[in-house]
Amino acid sequence: MKAQLRRLRTNLAYFFREGFKNIFVNGFMSFAAMSVLAACILITGSFTLVAYNIGVMIEDLESQNEIAVYIDDTVPREEAIKLEYQLKKIDNVDTIEFVPKEDAFEDYLEELGDDAYIIEDLREDNPLRDGYKITMKDISLHGETVKEISDIAGVGETISRKDISDKLLQIKNVVNAISMALIALLGAVSLFIVANTVRLALFYRREEIAIMKMVGATNSFIRMPFVVEGTIIGFLSGVVSYYAQYFVYKYITDKLIAGASFIEVVPFDAFSGTLFMTVTFAGVVIGLIGSVFTIQKFMKV
Amino acid sequence: MIKISEVFKTYDNGTKALKGVSLTIEDGEFAFIVGPSGSGKSTIIKLLAAELRPTSGKVNINGYDVGSLHQKEIPYLRRTIGVVFQDFRLIEKKTVYENVAFVMRAVGAPSRVIKKRVPYVLDLVGLLHKQRRYPTELSGGEQQRVAIARALVNNPNVIIADEPTGNLDPARSLELMMLLEKINSLGTTVVVVTHEKELVDQFAKRVIAIDGGMVISDKMGGYYESAAQTSQN
Ligand SMILES: Nc1ncnc2c1ncn2[C@@H]1O[C@H](COP(=O)(O)OP(=O)(O)O)[C@@H](O)[C@H]1O
Ligand SMILES: [Mg+2]
Repeated sequence: MKAQLRRLRTNLAYFFREGFKNIFVNGFMSFAAMSVLAACILITGSFTLVAYNIGVMIEDLESQNEIAVYIDDTVPREEAIKLEYQLKKIDNVDTIEFVPKEDAFEDYLEELGDDAYIIEDLREDNPLRDGYKITMKDISLHGETVKEISDIAGVGETISRKDISDKLLQIKNVVNAISMALIALLGAVSLFIVANTVRLALFYRREEIAIMKMVGATNSFIRMPFVVEGTIIGFLSGVVSYYAQYFVYKYITDKLIAGASFIEVVPFDAFSGTLFMTVTFAGVVIGLIGSVFTIQKFMKV
Repeated sequence: MIKISEVFKTYDNGTKALKGVSLTIEDGEFAFIVGPSGSGKSTIIKLLAAELRPTSGKVNINGYDVGSLHQKEIPYLRRTIGVVFQDFRLIEKKTVYENVAFVMRAVGAPSRVIKKRVPYVLDLVGLLHKQRRYPTELSGGEQQRVAIARALVNNPNVIIADEPTGNLDPARSLELMMLLEKINSLGTTVVVVTHEKELVDQFAKRVIAIDGGMVISDKMGGYYESAAQTSQN
């Protein structure tokens, strides 16, 4: 047991030493692979961040896209207030705000501004109805949610902009589809790059590999340094792309804020941790998969 | 122990390289395998190293049955044999020491053991003083001795040398054979493939003659002439 542990430690040290050595032996190729890989992750990251910002903006717009619910005149105030419990039971309902008709009247007055005097006389005999303002969790369920609300006894009318929901949804879908396609494409490119780097390292060391096989090194023992190499390259690419992303994001958001102050962007710090974890993880996974598959093919002798 | 029984080997392209070879080499023996070019000698070596599998018949070496061996067991079979080739197959960018140490590392030996064992085998082949040199700085004979040190370092049961003197002049060839004889006297089985008649004749060893994929003679001493005659008849 002790001897096994010692052997494992010896081997691990060997794998890492050889893996690092491979990177330096094929210095230029490793550097090129790392740069391209980092660029791929950076491009993917940038687009994801754009998509993320658009997503945040859309969410903001979504929360403004309320469903106005009006309660029948015949329902007394106490009953109208109690309807909130029923509305809450609808899964897709996010926030609910009760709007008594007095408040609605004030709002209306405010909207009219200078022309408010026109309806000022109606204050005593308020023709408006009590109601609710409701926001949804998922705007893709707009139609269903409105129907569920309308089905509640006492609800007289709902007014909402399904067309806006549909539009927002459409934008979201397009942005997501482009992100997905880009991630898939650049992921494939990245895998290809790692595979090629490892293939080159394998080719460069084919004599050594042949001799190792001849003297009875196991396939997994021969493979490991190359897997370590690919993984290290992937990891470093992830780290490099993170810092590149930092500068690109800062640069672009500074320009945006200076140019168009109405656009609000999420500050880098808000997602820096997650971003770092994601890009290094992506790098490691790409490095690992790329090298394992290449070697698997190469070692079939 | 090496035990080959009724082995046929037909390559994918239809070449019948071995046509019913049977031979046994006991532990501790020294044996030459001789025969003209294309007679099937290297094919036998490749079967012993499990680089090839027999088309039919049994190849048994150090307790491993090559024909039915699982892919995963092949490395462990290979650890029991040390192979030496005509073209040395050293790694040019590694020093003599590294060339030998590297194959110990390849089977997971701890560095403590490597540091003791490598100088020992380099001394055995008479090259300890050149351990920091690179292969290109050595003569052919010296390079082949490094290859032998490498074959020896993992302490195999058998050393198999395929035309080890093919690239050496007669004096170096003789030296190399004497080295292999010394290694044999220390307890390792040695099998040497060659087609050099003069060399074989200088040693009173077992000689297995192959021609056309068959064993045509198997006896002690310089036989080569008679083998040639047998094949003519
Ligand atoms: N990989 C191969 N594919 C097809 N034929 C081969 C292959 N290797 C060797 N041969 C043929 O098998 C025969 C025996 O070859 P080999 O064992 O190399 O002979 P030797 O080592 O005695 O010169 C020869 O006819 C050779 O051409
Ligand atoms: Mg041959």
